[in-house]
Amino acid sequence: MSGSTTVYVPRDAAALSVGAEEIAKRVEDEARKRGKAVEIVRNGSRGALWLEPLVEVSTANGRVGYGPVAPEDVTSLFDAGFLDGAHHQLSLGVVDDHEWFAKQDRLTFARVGVVDPLSVSDYEAHGGLVALRKALTMDPQAIIDEVGASGLRGRGGAGFPAGIKWQTALQAQVGQKYICCNADEGDSGTFADRMLMEGDPFALIEGMAIAGLAVGATQGLIYVRSEYPHAIGALRAAVLLAAESAILGRDVLGSGRVFEVEVRVGAGSYVCGEETAMLESLEGKRGVVRAKPPLPAVEGLFGKPTVVNNVMTLASVPWIISHGASAYRDRGAGRSRGTQVFQLAGNVARGGIVELALGVPLRDLVDGFGGGTRTGRPVKTAQVGGPLGAYLPSSAFDVPMDYESLLAIGAMLGHGGIVVFDDSVNMAKQARFAMEFCAEESCGKCTPCRIGSVRGVETIDKIVAGERRRENLELLLDLCEVMTEGSLCAMGGLTPLPVKSALDHFPEDFGIESVEGSTRGATA
Amino acid sequence: MSQFADSEGSVLRALQAIQETFGYVPDEALDTVAEVCNVSRAEVYGVFTYYSDLRSTLPAPNVVRVCIAEACQASGSDSLVAAIRAELGLDVHAKSRSGETEIAPVFCLGNCALGPAALVNDRLLGRTTVAKIRAALGDPR
Repeated sequence: MSGSTTVYVPRDAAALSVGAEEIAKRVEDEARKRGKAVEIVRNGSRGALWLEPLVEVSTANGRVGYGPVAPEDVTSLFDAGFLDGAHHQLSLGVVDDHEWFAKQDRLTFARVGVVDPLSVSDYEAHGGLVALRKALTMDPQAIIDEVGASGLRGRGGAGFPAGIKWQTALQAQVGQKYICCNADEGDSGTFADRMLMEGDPFALIEGMAIAGLAVGATQGLIYVRSEYPHAIGALRAAVLLAAESAILGRDVLGSGRVFEVEVRVGAGSYVCGEETAMLESLEGKRGVVRAKPPLPAVEGLFGKPTVVNNVMTLASVPWIISHGASAYRDRGAGRSRGTQVFQLAGNVARGGIVELALGVPLRDLVDGFGGGTRTGRPVKTAQVGGPLGAYLPSSAFDVPMDYESLLAIGAMLGHGGIVVFDDSVNMAKQARFAMEFCAEESCGKCTPCRIGSVRGVETIDKIVAGERRRENLELLLDLCEVMTEGSLCAMGGLTPLPVKSALDHFPEDFGIESVEGSTRGATA
Repeated sequence: MSQFADSEGSVLRALQAIQETFGYVPDEALDTVAEVCNVSRAEVYGVFTYYSDLRSTLPAPNVVRVCIAEACQASGSDSLVAAIRAELGLDVHAKSRSGETEIAPVFCLGNCALGPAALVNDRLLGRTTVAKIRAALGDPR
């Protein structure tokens, strides 16, 4: 073997949070001490977060992984000959062959954890820019038809068909249009946007540029939450590099077409993840929800036609354009086409990113990929789809994870986050938290959300305290109905979902036997 | 500040830039922003008070943010909050402060598979313990 060995140590925030920086430093020091030539690539995370820090070594057989690596393991890794892929107690073998990865179907996340996130040449070597080059030769309508035919729906949570949104923006006869990427990933239990922005930011940029070509927009904005400093850094660096390589700018890949991207940072407001509140915030105002219509695709940022899409939606576009709509459409179930980047979070043994075709049973994710709880206790519930999603009991885990199947059981897919809880959780406490969170984060524009959430907390407290339990339960259900039907956006409108699902499935935690008549209200 | 004049939608960014520079937004800065952006002081005040990141006082040298959202609850954030109270003498509520350190709750840091999560200055922690917070405070990066 000649030259240096390539060692991968992630720079993903989650990997850093458990010591990846220290590992990178130790590998470098140890290699120097032993006179070994190594090139350390700081990749994104492969998404097997329970194995972080996951160190990989490039060998003739593929990339061999070791993890989770503690600082004190580095010396023994060198002693064992890990630079040649030799066995060590932390060996995972060839990472691509590892069961957890081999069983996934990674399209949107194909490059995350594999490439150097800030190398344009690495991006191109792994299929990057093929789609943008192709889109530059296509008619705008043809691009939109392709996205429409793929069946791609908004991955932020609403699940609105991307093609229809783009079509609306294309048809608006206005000079200035915008592509806004919603990277305000505030849902607890979700981190796919963050990992993609840190691990493959060019995919997002390419997707935005294609969207710009499709609808005739020359300006893109990424609204990223301030709680994601690593993603902000990666995006800013990637935008500069993309401009240097003419992926962005006044002459996109020499085509004469214009597309620029600006990174904007949020300021700590959950509601700004709602698309109209995000637009208000991008306009420098209070992030208060707008009434719809008009739809943002007709009158969005500064009153101009604006496509607002989630990070995952936009980052899926390059794959669809380069592989063709039918390849994407062939995956999935019913009207839920393509793949979903699921996120296994909370009390789960093997947490992380699982990308699979929509329709996979929840049980396969929680018990299969996730391996049950980390504490080893029985799974009591999983909250699916973020803080506004339903708490499902383990008896309901056979539900296929797609938009329609979840809706049919009073749940929602949301952004694909799955938070696992063991049997020590008290569901009345979780329901109370849902109302409390809504009270804290409500933008205040509509009354059901602003006032209802506060009353919700109080009423749950009374139920739990045993104070006129039946009457207060009736009141809570009534309140949930008002919030569901009367709120302007999903914040107030969906907060009843976790509350009611907790009541329906775990009434004993509230000190009641069952919730009759609770099927009315809150069905999203 | 002049970069924000004539620029559409610049009130929030102007306030963020001021906070970036001074660590907080001094009261008189609201007048400056109003003037530069050509909007009323009331409008600027409305934006300033809406966003939880924006603050009217200088932060402590060390800022710790502890995630208390669902995924971290499932991973024991309640116990972490209790341990912080017992061992550091700080409540994870509102803007609680003691000497060089202030601590506040946060809803999600995107580290939901390795909870409980915390952010010590700009350093993200996973599987957080009081010992890890202490170590990060001793070596803030």
